[in-house]
Amino acid sequence: MSEKNIVLHVADVHKRFGGLHALADVDLQVEEGTVHAIIGPNGAGKSTLLNVCVGRIKPDQGQVVFAGEALNNHQPHEINQLGVSRVFQTPEIFADLSLLENVMIPAFAKRDGAFRFNASAPVSTQKDIREKAEAALEDVGLLNRRNVEAGSLSRGDKRRLELAMCLVQNPRLLLLDEPTAGMSRHDTNSTIDLLKRIKSRGMTKVIIEHDMHVVFSLADKISVLAQGRIIADGTPEAVRANPKVKEAYLGEEQT
Amino acid sequence: MFKGLSRNDLILLVGFTAFVLLMPIILKPVGAAYPALMQKFCIFGIFAIGFNILFGLTGYLSFGHAAFLGVGSYAAVWSFKLFTMNIIPAIFLSLFFAAIFAVVIGYVSLRRSGIYFSILTLAFAQMCYNLAYSVLTPLTNGETGLQLTLRDPRWIDAMFHEPGAGLPRATLFGLDTSGGGLGGFYLCAVILIICFYISMRIFRSPFGMMLRAIKSNQNRMRYTGFNTRPYLLAAFVISGMYAGLAGSLMAATDPLAGAERMQWTASGEVVLMTILGGVGTLVGPVVGAAVIKYFENIFSSFGPDTLHGVFSFLPDTIEDALVSFLSLFVGEGWNLTLGVIFVLLVIFMPGGIIEGLRRLWVIFTRKRDGGDAIPAATHPQPAE
Ligand SMILES: Nc1ncnc2c1ncn2[C@@H]1O[C@H](COP(=O)(O)OP(=O)(O)OP(=O)(O)O)[C@@H](O)[C@H]1O
Ligand SMILES: [Mg+2]
Repeated sequence: MSEKNIVLHVADVHKRFGGLHALADVDLQVEEGTVHAIIGPNGAGKSTLLNVCVGRIKPDQGQVVFAGEALNNHQPHEINQLGVSRVFQTPEIFADLSLLENVMIPAFAKRDGAFRFNASAPVSTQKDIREKAEAALEDVGLLNRRNVEAGSLSRGDKRRLELAMCLVQNPRLLLLDEPTAGMSRHDTNSTIDLLKRIKSRGMTKVIIEHDMHVVFSLADKISVLAQGRIIADGTPEAVRANPKVKEAYLGEEQT
Repeated sequence: MFKGLSRNDLILLVGFTAFVLLMPIILKPVGAAYPALMQKFCIFGIFAIGFNILFGLTGYLSFGHAAFLGVGSYAAVWSFKLFTMNIIPAIFLSLFFAAIFAVVIGYVSLRRSGIYFSILTLAFAQMCYNLAYSVLTPLTNGETGLQLTLRDPRWIDAMFHEPGAGLPRATLFGLDTSGGGLGGFYLCAVILIICFYISMRIFRSPFGMMLRAIKSNQNRMRYTGFNTRPYLLAAFVISGMYAGLAGSLMAATDPLAGAERMQWTASGEVVLMTILGGVGTLVGPVVGAAVIKYFENIFSSFGPDTLHGVFSFLPDTIEDALVSFLSLFVGEGWNLTLGVIFVLLVIFMPGGIIEGLRRLWVIFTRKRDGGDAIPAATHPQPAE
């Protein structure tokens, strides 16, 4: 088990915001093909950790290594082109565009790279892109609303749309920041099902989640973050049994 | 060539073409069917279409597009002076220089977005204006403006025939374009139609979709794997070239160029045209350009005498007061009227003329359908 392929290695990362130590000596290794959950109380630094991974924030110290490549000076779009897609905590979608366009755009990024001046063939002639986008919308159950403007969706549906925007790129690493927040129980369950299904496609996932039901039904490994530090790390059973975790997080959650 | 364009687009294209070519007949009833005015519609239509490719698609508001207009004019006049009165080389030279200026100005300005971008473009345009007005007088002939003279070499023309007695006219292989006749108008009209077609292709292309996505959420674009800078720069350069082309046509229909073409008021005018017609729509900018130029033509020709004529039925004191008040809004003061129209429009019809017409259309068709049909377009389509 231990000699697995490490896709993402966050190595001794520190990040300070003024006096706040948002990430302190965080070391995280994510194995290829697994679902790695990060849990922790509000303000623990979970989103900051993902921000460091996608190049939104530069760490003060340490580095992130993705698939053997150190992401020190990479721009966000370069990191995406390497195979990292992200769902944000507050949905980041193209509110003025239709759902179909929202999902076609990432498919173009995957096919054509970071820049391609393609002004001759109309979008309507790009069959391959359209089919991929429709398949991704089908996956998240939004296909029947493909022509609706994305800004009019409910918060939960925006999240599902953003998930489709990531899935259509078939990334090697998918980072999910609370993908089920704001969803009904029913939608949460269908999202869990979806995430389980795509697990078989070999996509590695890092998932931040407050909902323990989601975490324990998906995760192969869990890291617990509190006040910028990883206080526990291991299989779901081990983490659940860890007294430190109970104290810092699970305890308050279950009362 | 028309592959992939929807039926609606084709209808729009055909309708647009027919309208533009038939303007000399269609515009007769409103008294606008003379070449000098119609070619203005076309030239400013081109300018606004290009501006809309930047502003309408990406949301980046340039306040300096008149710089490219001016560059285009100067390049064209120089082509007339040095090479030939044929407008083809002039047009290519204008496009070339406008593109160079746009690459440089765009490259720097696009390092910022929002208001800072606007200010940077404005600053660059004012720099260009000052260069043209005073610093580069040998190139631009400063205040007087660049004009044709009898001493111009016109090397290419000189190879083929002796120069005539007076100043030559710009031509398109013999078709006189600067004589104030229909030749100039049809030249501009055909180019306008081509420009409209290209803009439609851009709107419908993946490139256009990326630009709209940048406008909607540039951050998302970055995390989706796009390098947004070259997309923006490409849009900026294309719209700069449209402006250069418009400037070139100004020179082709009237071979002179002056620094005032680059002034910030000219940059502001194209913003007004685009917003008035409808930002991000295909025909809106052309409509806005035509409406503004039409009313400019009417109002700026009014003077106190015309107003006295109109209100002569009123008692003298009222007439005088009214006329002296209204004189503020006509003639030189036409910009004041424009300002008032603009304020009213932005408040009551923020989507511009095209959006207003669409709303009327919806109300109208709903009435006919019996009153309860829901408008199909709950979200504004990017064009129509
Ligand atoms: N760009 C920033 N500038 C300053 N402070 C920041 C920034 N980003 C995050 N922080 C601070 O860092 C701490 C960790 O924030 P982060 O968003 O990573 O928490 P989180 O674990 O994702 O919490 P939540 O569960 O509420 O999403 C918070 O105190 C936050 O206020
Ligand atoms: Mg967070």
